Amino acid sequence: MKYVTEYRDAALVKSVIEEIRRTVTRPWTLMEICGGQTHAIVRHGIDQLLPPEIELVHGPGCPVCVTPLELIDKALEIAARPDVIFCSYGDMLRVPGSKRDLFSVKAQGGDVRVVYSPLDAVALAQQHPDKQVVFFAIGFETTAPPNVMSVLQAQKLGLKNYSILVSHVRVPPAINAILSSPHNRVQGFLLAGHVSAVMGYWEYPPLVEKFRIPMVVTGFEPLDIVQGILTTVQLLEAGKIEVANAYQRAVTFDGLKPAQAAINKVFMECDRKWRGIGMIPMSGWCLRPEFGEYNAEKRFDVADIHAEESPLCIAGEILQGLKKPHHCPAFGKQCTPENPLGATMVSSEGACAAYYKYKRVEA
Amino acid sequence: MCLGVPGKIVETYEKGGLKMARVDFGGVFREACLDYVPEARVGEYCVIHVGFAISVLSEEDALETLDLLRQIGSLEEELGTGSAA
Repeated sequence: MKYVTEYRDAALVKSVIEEIRRTVTRPWTLMEICGGQTHAIVRHGIDQLLPPEIELVHGPGCPVCVTPLELIDKALEIAARPDVIFCSYGDMLRVPGSKRDLFSVKAQGGDVRVVYSPLDAVALAQQHPDKQVVFFAIGFETTAPPNVMSVLQAQKLGLKNYSILVSHVRVPPAINAILSSPHNRVQGFLLAGHVSAVMGYWEYPPLVEKFRIPMVVTGFEPLDIVQGILTTVQLLEAGKIEVANAYQRAVTFDGLKPAQAAINKVFMECDRKWRGIGMIPMSGWCLRPEFGEYNAEKRFDVADIHAEESPLCIAGEILQGLKKPHHCPAFGKQCTPENPLGATMVSSEGACAAYYKYKRVEA
Repeated sequence: MCLGVPGKIVETYEKGGLKMARVDFGGVFREACLDYVPEARVGEYCVIHVGFAISVLSEEDALETLDLLRQIGSLEEELGTGSAA
């Protein structure tokens, strides 16, 4: 497949890793922000092929993992209503709320549906005028353009039975929070390729200046990832503090302007609580007041829910790159993908799920 | 969730006021919205994410990157230091 096969060329990947080995002269700790990259790294064993000087720590870029528990509980309450068709990306269904998950709501008769695109949810609202269709609009900057388009489409079609439950998060404030922590060890960032495809990378130079560390836009195929690592190591070794782009075929500095315009039309920045991490100021997007009628939280008036996490789960420290999944005493014991205590064990982007699936139990 | 898959646009059309496309993912065909990449043409490759094109892939940049990385490989072969085939 074009743009896939050639970026999985094992010989090329090995030669880039050799180049990393030749370039590195001292230990460096890098963070890949995106959970999709974490899975690719562990799946292809890239972390084990790298020279021992390079340590990869895994970032919070797993939207399912950071969606706050209270909001999942609200989703469960809305989804259980008989007049509601609740639509979600598939990843969310098994994420534990404080008592149950969306799957169990479905098993108990709730109309919970997995959709491929939020436009599918809009189509459902057209087909079922007697029902309230609610879409669980979670994610980073990548899912924001589709999610806001669903609202704009609903508005254009005059639909009165469509709303979204929003829990959007943004990468730059998360990087700011990680680098501001007194425990931070990260010396270079691999920036999320598809977030950057949408947003460009114009938001990062101020962060690079503030924290004096290099950041490199990185793609998802094995060759993209090792190229991102090589570029970061080259910058670090040369003492260069800048933003570079190692995913040029998909990412430009400015990003996708029409998508950014649509996001700004429908969403505005807001404080957002991240599951396991806590509130990060202005780290989220929520609906602008003029789109308030599409806000499911208002439409269904779900009360603020007090929710409690499992006391065993250390997902918060894992999401901040402070610990790795196998440091958790519950990993693979009380906590498995079949019986997850935290969201990082569920998602196809969660670090715990990656370590469990690919049997990575040692450092 | 942010994965996104490259696919080739095989047909474009309008639906519900949106620019849509039939996209070929190595033999699997899906519909995708092109509203955010209005410049995309039939035959071009896009990164598709939850039913939306979020980037038109640049063939020139793709080839340049691969070239650069292959040069690392050939250098290694010349020096006899690496394991590149």
